[in-house]
Amino acid sequence: MDLAGVIAIEVVYSVASLILISAGLAVIFGMMRVINLAHGEFMMIGGYATIVSANAGVNVWVAMLVVAPLTVGLVGLVVERLVIRVLYGRLVDTMLATWGLSLVLVGLATMIFGNTTAGISPPISGFALGGYQVNGYNLFVVVVTVVLLASMWAVLRLTRLGLLARGTMQRADMAAALGYDPDRVYMATFFAGSALTGLAGGVLAPLVGLVPTTGAGYVAEAFITVITGGASLIVGIVSSATILGVVSQAFTFATRPVVGEVALLVTALVLLRLLPQGITGRFFRRAT
Amino acid sequence: MAALNKRDFLKGGSALALGALASPALVGRAAAAEPIKLGSVLDVSGIFDGYGKPMDMALRLAVEEINAGGGLLDRPVEVTAYDTQSDIALYTQYAQQLARRDRVDVVHGGILSASREAIRPILRRAEIPYFYNVLYEGGVCDRNVVVTGVTPAQQVAVLVPAAIERWGKRIYILAADYNYGQITARWMRKFAEEAGGEVVETDFFPLDVSDFGSTIAKIQTATPDIVLSALVGGAHLSFYRQWAASGMKDRIPMASTTLGVGNEHRILGPEADGILVAYNYAPEIDSPANRAFLEAWGAAYGDTGLVNELAVSNYQGVTLWAEAVRRAGTVERMPLIEAIESGMAIEGPGGTVVIDPKTHHAILDVHLMEFRDGGAVILETFEQRPPIDTQAVCDLEANPDDDTQYEIEI
Amino acid sequence: MSARPQLRGTFVALAAGAAILALAPLVAETYTLSVLVIYAILALSLGLIWGFGGILCFGQAAFYGLGAYTYAIAAINIGESTLPVLLGIAVPFAFAFVLGAVMFYGRLSDVYLGVVTLVVTLIFFRFMNATAGPAFAIGEARLGGFNGIPGFPILNVPGQPRWEIYDGAFYAVCAVALLLVYGLVRWLLASPFGRVAVAIRENEGRAELMGYDARLRKTVLFAVGGGIAGLAGVLYASWAEIVTPGLFSLAQSAEIIVWCIVGGLGTLAGPIIGAVVLGYAKFLLGQQSVIDNTLILGAILVLSVLLMPRGIAGVLGAAWGRAPRRARRPRRRAGAPRRLRSLDRA
Repeated sequence: MDLAGVIAIEVVYSVASLILISAGLAVIFGMMRVINLAHGEFMMIGGYATIVSANAGVNVWVAMLVVAPLTVGLVGLVVERLVIRVLYGRLVDTMLATWGLSLVLVGLATMIFGNTTAGISPPISGFALGGYQVNGYNLFVVVVTVVLLASMWAVLRLTRLGLLARGTMQRADMAAALGYDPDRVYMATFFAGSALTGLAGGVLAPLVGLVPTTGAGYVAEAFITVITGGASLIVGIVSSATILGVVSQAFTFATRPVVGEVALLVTALVLLRLLPQGITGRFFRRAT
Repeated sequence: MAALNKRDFLKGGSALALGALASPALVGRAAAAEPIKLGSVLDVSGIFDGYGKPMDMALRLAVEEINAGGGLLDRPVEVTAYDTQSDIALYTQYAQQLARRDRVDVVHGGILSASREAIRPILRRAEIPYFYNVLYEGGVCDRNVVVTGVTPAQQVAVLVPAAIERWGKRIYILAADYNYGQITARWMRKFAEEAGGEVVETDFFPLDVSDFGSTIAKIQTATPDIVLSALVGGAHLSFYRQWAASGMKDRIPMASTTLGVGNEHRILGPEADGILVAYNYAPEIDSPANRAFLEAWGAAYGDTGLVNELAVSNYQGVTLWAEAVRRAGTVERMPLIEAIESGMAIEGPGGTVVIDPKTHHAILDVHLMEFRDGGAVILETFEQRPPIDTQAVCDLEANPDDDTQYEIEI
Repeated sequence: MSARPQLRGTFVALAAGAAILALAPLVAETYTLSVLVIYAILALSLGLIWGFGGILCFGQAAFYGLGAYTYAIAAINIGESTLPVLLGIAVPFAFAFVLGAVMFYGRLSDVYLGVVTLVVTLIFFRFMNATAGPAFAIGEARLGGFNGIPGFPILNVPGQPRWEIYDGAFYAVCAVALLLVYGLVRWLLASPFGRVAVAIRENEGRAELMGYDARLRKTVLFAVGGGIAGLAGVLYASWAEIVTPGLFSLAQSAEIIVWCIVGGLGTLAGPIIGAVVLGYAKFLLGQQSVIDNTLILGAILVLSVLLMPRGIAGVLGAAWGRAPRRARRPRRRAGAPRRLRSLDRA
């Protein structure tokens, strides 16, 4: 029974972490049709921002929840103005430019931080669940993810800003005709997406050993989750992360981690073959 | 502030490197004696640069010291170094370049086993002696190659019995899912059973796995007395964090053959406390050779924070080669190899290193250590441990033409 | 454009290419040139399916790696290299055909296609990395996991296992292979099949309404691209004498895409130029240690996307006073939807 509880926590955690690492990419892709292949490196910057500021004496919660998103948001803003803006509407070119950017960021991080692994300890200790010890920080990641999703939904559905964003993403020309500047909306969206990515990097930083090349490990998973989810932002990543996370954890428990990884990929493959526009291309089409 | 220092330091390092690359053409003509050419191929950028950079620094330091002492055979040593950028195809290209265009006298380098296997046949064909100075899975049997890193049996023979004696008999093994991890796990099982232990489970992890939550639950279900880890690389470092974060660190003790090779214990800090390891080197070793080495490193690069097992292996490899050149009185391949096989010894930062003539692997000191407060405490030193794993399959005295990497049956 | 000038153009291009390939050993060593030529063949394979078929494939490395592994495994088991070479082309061709059929008959397009090919490559990568154990062997060949397969027989003169081909002779083989592949691709594109393929790229719906089966044609084109990439893999394996899972990596796939973009998509010369220029740049960069090499390659990529959207071939074409026909008018790249169009349904 205790084991079932532990497994349940692990499954929920893995779904939550998939959502967390995909959220920023999903915002940018869903709203702007831009795929940011420097996504993993944005997370890496968020991680370094957290570790550097925490080591410099900033409260660790402030470091991961405030400093990391702001830093990466600003980086995103600069990138948007210098690179992405020039390439709107050219999906493939933006992918290549951001891929190049990811290499640049890895190179810069290597020159600044060196190649040794960096990290901080998780600020929450473990707790006992029956006869088992459970990583308390995993639950914190789940809570962050839930809050994040709720606020994304609220912003998109309940605020004027969200209305504007949704309007621009559906018909940019119409929004422009009504007097809203799509350029500004895109800028804000890219900032928000980058900040979410930074938050993910910051929150996950205490769980991983950070090196400049850490980002490469995230980008493929995030990319696959977002595309499998389809066009609807929140429902898309939640549904695909749930399916992918549950499948991969089930196989990891039952067999070996590598089988879990491959199971995740095969599931994505099957889903995409059956639902060529992603899950929300077929179901929940009116969802956000 | 710390970051700024490191950046300045790196700039200094690369200026040094540039100097080393640019100067030979001038120096070579100016100096009376023709320089001896040492080739190096290492991943100084890309995903494996964390290993390659310190090794590169150690190699340059060793050569600088040799040149400061008047060179070898009254000739200066000149480094030709290439950055393979963590790309196997570049290993092949640069090894060819070193062999044909640069016509070097010796090559040191290669990090991953795949990179070694990419350049080994090229150098063998070109008859250029090759030093592979990295901790690896063992089994290479080639008279043209000298290996100065430790192999699994050397570590595990010391580590596993010590762990069983301290903590108990039931063992859970975690290892990286590639050759090194698979072979090390087999040695762990063998030495555990010899010491009366029992392996309850072995799990292998691809190198990019960084979520160990389900594994930690599985370990608790198995209730072992000891966890043995041969996890490798940045992603696997997450295991130690998640292990500590779930509060398991104080419940089940751990021993590792890999943690600390890249100085990971300094980053983990208290989360690595109490983990038992066995290596040839730790900066804490109290010997004249190590003190001199650390001082020289500090003088050259400022900070000794990057000194690690691999860097010292590379340093010892260059030192050993230099000593063999002095013995042989030439850089010619066969006299050099015979000098190495004569059982000559050097005194490196990690202790005495001798090359076993049968396997061309190093016989060296292995130190049993425990991590504490981001450093290592040396508990016991096992002197002159032979590479018993490779010895089981390789005898270059009997088969001097052997050219295989054996997989050691256990 | 009638067929005859195109034929003449092909011969001129082949003659020029042969001359360049013959003179190149005066400038650089043949072991470096060989791998550059191999990269050129690999780039050509993607340049064909992406530039002329509109298929954005993130997984060209899968066919490259499959070719290399097939060759290595077959060479260990067979010894003589002729059959392994043929298998090294046939297996990726067949695999690409099946994968292409699954995708195109499922009406996958755009970025979804990209993700599927990416996922397939990652599955290969993960699987090959996890084959270190002794259980993973095909015949006498152990797959070897992360460390790859070393020490298999290299290319030999057909029928003569002892006459191994390396160095200058190997370079000649690679050069001839490149010229043959180039000729084959030119012929394919000039044929009715190729013209319809381009028509499908331009407007799939219209081509289908005219009665052409887009799915079949895209599948065949994709398979041909896979076979060419497999050939590049075979040559690479023989050159490097080791194959590793890195051949299947995301970085390898991205590199091929980068060659095409930097060189110039929609031309055949572009990907070749891109592969050779960037491959050689990487080789030269490794001889310096002033700036981190990852940084330099990244910067080249960002700048070339921003400053040379039509690639080196586009710039050269413009300098010659005639931009490549297909690239002259601003054309949306294959796979790129018009701004936000496809979000209407969301």
